[in-house]
Amino acid sequence: MIEFIKGIVGFRRGAWELLASVLIATGVVMLMQPFALWLYTWSFVVTLVGTVMFIIVSHFRE
Amino acid sequence: MTTSPIDRVARATPAAAARRIRGLSDRTIAWIFVAPSIFLLLAVNIFPLIWTIRLSFTDFRVNRPNNDMEWVGLRNYQRILTDDDVWQTMQATAHFLIWTILLQVLIGFFLAFLINKKFRGNDLWTTIIVFPMMLSPAVVGNFWTFLYQPQIGLFNYVVAFFTGADPAGFSMIGDVHLAPWAIVIADTWMWTPFVMLICLAGLRSIPDSIYEAAECDRASKLRQFFTITMPMVLPFLMLAVLFRGIENFKMFDLVVQLTGGGPGNTTTLTSIDLKREAFEKWRTGYSSAYAVILFVTVFGLASIYVKALNKVKDR
Repeated sequence: MIEFIKGIVGFRRGAWELLASVLIATGVVMLMQPFALWLYTWSFVVTLVGTVMFIIVSHFRE
Repeated sequence: MTTSPIDRVARATPAAAARRIRGLSDRTIAWIFVAPSIFLLLAVNIFPLIWTIRLSFTDFRVNRPNNDMEWVGLRNYQRILTDDDVWQTMQATAHFLIWTILLQVLIGFFLAFLINKKFRGNDLWTTIIVFPMMLSPAVVGNFWTFLYQPQIGLFNYVVAFFTGADPAGFSMIGDVHLAPWAIVIADTWMWTPFVMLICLAGLRSIPDSIYEAAECDRASKLRQFFTITMPMVLPFLMLAVLFRGIENFKMFDLVVQLTGGGPGNTTTLTSIDLKREAFEKWRTGYSSAYAVILFVTVFGLASIYVKALNKVKDR
């Protein structure tokens, strides 16, 4: 966990990619879950933020 | 002295053209070769994407091209993301995606494992198993509707034979609970061979020497499966999941032929809903926003999946 936080603070690719991946996965689950409409409503924003973040952070140094 | 075809072509090039080409740098020549592909990519992929994003912020209707196009901001996105019916469509798509991929991977891997064993008639069985994949999805959808007919359908009689149920007592494509499974079964029947072929390629890429070494170390068959077979087939399996996931996310023809999205909206997948919005209701701006949402979802998923795939390959 400390390594992950260090990676985030130091703008390391691995940690940021992991964060972006978690956001995308959460967004997709929110989009397709059958439980709460508000989760579905916010799903696209979460997925979009994750996807854009993924594109940007994939250019960070290892 | 013999001359090659390249020499003959070079000699046939007019002197003026040859001088011009000789004056170009390697970089320029490379650009000349790549330019048509880049142009096509921009014209066929990038431009429509940018245009779709632009339209998604408008109320444009393609059947009324002379009407003024009004800028509506995020209203289309807001409507889609608060619409109960679209939400149901997403759930239907999720059900279809999860079950088809799960069944296709399990059955496909099992079949590949069997086919990989050397036995008599191996090639014949491979051809027979691969056969459904070669058919058109529209044809498959059409003949599965006959198979699912309660009165004459073979499927109902097979189920009745094993369960003792009345074959005319249930309708796979007419029942709201059974219809989502009807499309899962038809798609699994059609596309399992594809997953099997990819898994088979993975299994055949494992050298026998690794298994022989494991035998020498007295590793059990189960241990060999989990420590040799599975890790080495995993990249192939992940590739199959990626292909099937993307394909099934935009599944259209098979389901339209089979159920037409019904009964009710139970088998209306996102692609079917999108097509209705775009080309039946002609709400181009709204359907553009819908398409952008699906694009971002698939693009995001594919990005993390490709990253995971690369990690597995590097291991």
